[in-house]
Amino acid sequence: MAAVRTSSEIALNRVAIVSVLIATLIFLAPIYWIASTAFKPKELAITVPPTVLFQPEITPFIRLFTKRVQMQKAVDPQVYEAAPWWEKRIYDGGERVLKVGKDVQLSQYPNRFMNSLIVAIISTVLAVGMGTFTAYGFSRFKIAGEADLLFFILSTRMLPPVVVAIPMFLMYRLVGLNDSHIGLIILYVAFNLSFSVWLMKGFMDEIPKEYEEAALVDGYTRMQAFFKIVLPEAATGIAATAVFCFITAWNEYAFALIMTNRRAQTAPPFIPSQIGSGLPDWTTIAAGTFLFLLPVAIFTFLLRNHLLRGVTFGAIRK
Amino acid sequence: MTQIELRGIEKFFGAVQVIHNLNLAIADNEFIVLLGQSGCGKTTTLRAIAGLETIDQGDILIDGKPVQHLKAADRDIAMVFQSFSLYPHMTVFENIAFPLRATRMGSDEVDKSVREVARVLRITDLLGKKPSALSGGDMQRVAIGRALVRRPKAMLMDEPIGALDAKLREEMRAEIKRLHIKQGSTTIYVTHDQIEAMSLADRIVIMHEGFIQQVGTPDEVYSHPANLFVAQFVGSPVMNVADASVAEAASAATVTIGDAPAGFEFPRELLSKLNGHAANGGLTLGIRPEGVLVRRDAAPGYVPVEAHIIEPLGSFDVVDLKVGSKMLRARTKAGYVAGPGEKVHVRIDPEQAHFFDTASGKSLGVRL
Repeated sequence: MAAVRTSSEIALNRVAIVSVLIATLIFLAPIYWIASTAFKPKELAITVPPTVLFQPEITPFIRLFTKRVQMQKAVDPQVYEAAPWWEKRIYDGGERVLKVGKDVQLSQYPNRFMNSLIVAIISTVLAVGMGTFTAYGFSRFKIAGEADLLFFILSTRMLPPVVVAIPMFLMYRLVGLNDSHIGLIILYVAFNLSFSVWLMKGFMDEIPKEYEEAALVDGYTRMQAFFKIVLPEAATGIAATAVFCFITAWNEYAFALIMTNRRAQTAPPFIPSQIGSGLPDWTTIAAGTFLFLLPVAIFTFLLRNHLLRGVTFGAIRK
Repeated sequence: MTQIELRGIEKFFGAVQVIHNLNLAIADNEFIVLLGQSGCGKTTTLRAIAGLETIDQGDILIDGKPVQHLKAADRDIAMVFQSFSLYPHMTVFENIAFPLRATRMGSDEVDKSVREVARVLRITDLLGKKPSALSGGDMQRVAIGRALVRRPKAMLMDEPIGALDAKLREEMRAEIKRLHIKQGSTTIYVTHDQIEAMSLADRIVIMHEGFIQQVGTPDEVYSHPANLFVAQFVGSPVMNVADASVAEAASAATVTIGDAPAGFEFPRELLSKLNGHAANGGLTLGIRPEGVLVRRDAAPGYVPVEAHIIEPLGSFDVVDLKVGSKMLRARTKAGYVAGPGEKVHVRIDPEQAHFFDTASGKSLGVRL
């Protein structure tokens, strides 16, 4: 490579930077749209052309978390005065918050969100854990038919999962797993496991087996060597695999829609179901979607260093 | 006190036999070097002793007790790997302390042992660092420290300095020797570098294709190679080897290399010592470059030859001399032969000549 860059190289570099910026803007536009709609007054959500400058408000989030009904007549001014600030916002929209006695009734959203967290976290832990052990086995031991077994594991991903949705639904109903957390967790672990095994095998192969051999000679059992030496070394791979598995489980829509309807329903099928009839309340839906985006963003952000190393792992010979 | 004995070891990788009936007794405190080319079975032998590789046949005895069925962890042996194998996520201190942590030793005692080893290896100031911050030499010191700290029955070293650059290798070689003299533990050291083997070993075990070729002190394997393989593997520059024929002359014997027009003069007793072996052919002469004596002027017993290639190596030159259709490499003082094409006179020092049976490669044990 030339030590001094020519003017054409500098120009090319600038073009590249501008292109990347444009692409970034295009990719971020839908996210901005959702995020901004989540803070818009109801009537601004549907203006054409879209409103860009507005006074942000959190009323969509209040609506998202509360159970409400349309009011037939205007609210009693005394009741309105006595209401807390957030309830006034609901009254302002011509609705009232449902209550049992004095307790505000929450919407289904927190519950669905919690379902998503439970299912995604547990299925990720299981898929990554099992994948790590399996990958270690494949990476370190001579296994009869290793290539065939690995291919078989991968082959579970060759079919779009939704193809088996109907038979799965019938089987689940038969054994009573439909609309249960454990049912969804089993499904997501099954989806993610092959991916987890293959990804982790790549990482395991990169960890020199001399590390464990050194530990074995140093007086440790293989299991101890695995936990004390291999796992810390595989942290990057585990983090990268966990992010991918979490995203898959968190975003999964089709099976969640088919397999769950109440108790174990996750956020993805729930959010669009709130569009309802009549004029859709886009701001509330946007608020639900916006909150739904946060866990993945936070999770990915926390593991960003591992991820960066993870996706380039093995590319450079150390 | 640790003796290690290998009895009739056989090892297969699939259908390939990598170790053939290997027998070796290693004395307490001995520094044994397994020397051979890559793929000769030396590392497999070492790993079998460590317990990282199973064997298909034979016994491995440590202090008289068979250990081939014990796990690596239960053999009380330490090993230093070529790749150092320092645990990257631990500090130097934790790396050295790691074998002690397996023994449930008290933390005060661990601390004391680690610092003592660090002092001996002069790495005390590195204890807080991570391996990635160390130089190659320091990494190897830490790896040796990790092996020493437990005071194991034996130390196994698998090309421990093979990954270092030449200067550092020389430095570490001296350091390993110093440590062995100071700490005195039974050591088995694997290398493909014969200089390393010569400089470190009490005894060298030369292996080739899974067979032991010769076991002996550095001097023995250098001066009395058991066969052509050992003769050519040990020593640098490499020993000259050529088909030779012996004829009876007036008061001496002449040894002719290949189809060379003139033969080299040898004492007459060579004939009786070869005991007729020369007559049926199949005789190979081996002579180290320092046994090929070169003169600029003619002298009795010297044969005129032409210099072909000259490799100046600083303290000496290696000169290729054309003898018939063969090349004979001689070691001369630096600059002694001016350039290629120069005519010089050459003689073979009978005392440094080795004779081998061409077919079997075995030394005929002739010494003059």
